[in-house]
Amino acid sequence: MSTVKNVTDATFNDEVLASDKPVLVDFWADWCGPCKQMAPVLDKLAEEYGDKIEVVKINTDQNPDTPRAYNVMSLPTMNVYKGGEVVKQLIGAKPKRVLEKELAEFL
Amino acid sequence: MSDVRNVIIIGSGPAGYTAAVYAARAELRPLVFEGSITAGGALMNTTDVENFPGFPDGIMGPDLMDNLRKQAERFGADLVPEDVTSVDLTKPVKEVTAGGETFLAHTVILATGSGYRELGVPGEKELSGRGTSWCATCDGFFFRDQDIAVVGGGDTAMEEALFLTRFAKSVTVVHRRDELRASKIMAERAFANEKISFVWDTEVVEVLGEDRVHGLRVRDRNNGEERTLDVTGLFVAIGHDPRVELFDGQIELDDEGYVKADFPSTRTNLEGVFAAGDVVDHQYRQAITAAGTGCSAALDAERYLAEHGN
Repeated sequence: MSTVKNVTDATFNDEVLASDKPVLVDFWADWCGPCKQMAPVLDKLAEEYGDKIEVVKINTDQNPDTPRAYNVMSLPTMNVYKGGEVVKQLIGAKPKRVLEKELAEFL
Repeated sequence: MSDVRNVIIIGSGPAGYTAAVYAARAELRPLVFEGSITAGGALMNTTDVENFPGFPDGIMGPDLMDNLRKQAERFGADLVPEDVTSVDLTKPVKEVTAGGETFLAHTVILATGSGYRELGVPGEKELSGRGTSWCATCDGFFFRDQDIAVVGGGDTAMEEALFLTRFAKSVTVVHRRDELRASKIMAERAFANEKISFVWDTEVVEVLGEDRVHGLRVRDRNNGEERTLDVTGLFVAIGHDPRVELFDGQIELDDEGYVKADFPSTRTNLEGVFAAGDVVDHQYRQAITAAGTGCSAALDAERYLAEHGN
């Protein structure tokens, strides 16, 4: 079972940009209600598709550099990185089925 | 198809969870569809709730909802984090479909709440999440030391404007009338805040920007003159619309599109179907009034079941 790992400004390069697998990064903060609503959905996604896509989260409150670098202006934002580049961006909380559809090419 | 339940509750805001607490304590084993990502309802997007009775120091919206959820669960409500995709409420035994499965019940309580209203102007959708937001508590943080605007004149707009002053350099409230609809206490707080200024009798006609918001095109409603407001963020707080698309066409709605209930009861025009919270109420729209009508709906459902021999 794969779990949703925390990444930081310091580890973003190694864990996300240099990853062999595509990585879904959830930009969140603990004062964001919809982010809390998304958490169980992302847990399930990691559990079911962890072999195909890495699911990680970054606390934007504690790690301001990465969201700034990627122009994140809304929480939750979910970016998919592949080969160090953003290849997909999803803004706002979404049901699991919608996420699966949006991410189909990576799953 | 499953057994016929006593009560299915659709929605998980204060109305839905309160209905669930009452129905569960009456041993009706309610089945609650919380929604897959909307569990907790509108209060999940708020910070301090200062006016919910019983919390003298206030409580965070998400914490209040978490408490209500636990209370419903404690008495045996079945809470399901799924979105209802279709309903048939017209027959004596109601059908509710969620997650590809159809559930049956003698009574249904509709507590689907309301959703944010959009401005419906060019640029709004395109720049959503890129400077346009409906949730100050979620996104305010990204507008540190920036000039931003809030559109609206009600309590929510004032709350958002006040919250945003924590981060923003300035907050301009754009309102289409010449006075606020907000409560006195919220209006006074907003007027007293040095960072907040007001632009009256003005409406937004376009959100400007390519990759992100860099301004608003606004029109003065008195003389029709247009000008650009230099802001890098826009928070829309112009009200809500009831979430009725699921049962539109089956149930009677009022002139404003809300479910029509036979106040002070929560009965709708359909036998065994009750409605509570913001999907009914465009007048008060408070957490406590939603909780109150949620309670009424559970009691109404309980009485209906008793009268029909269930």
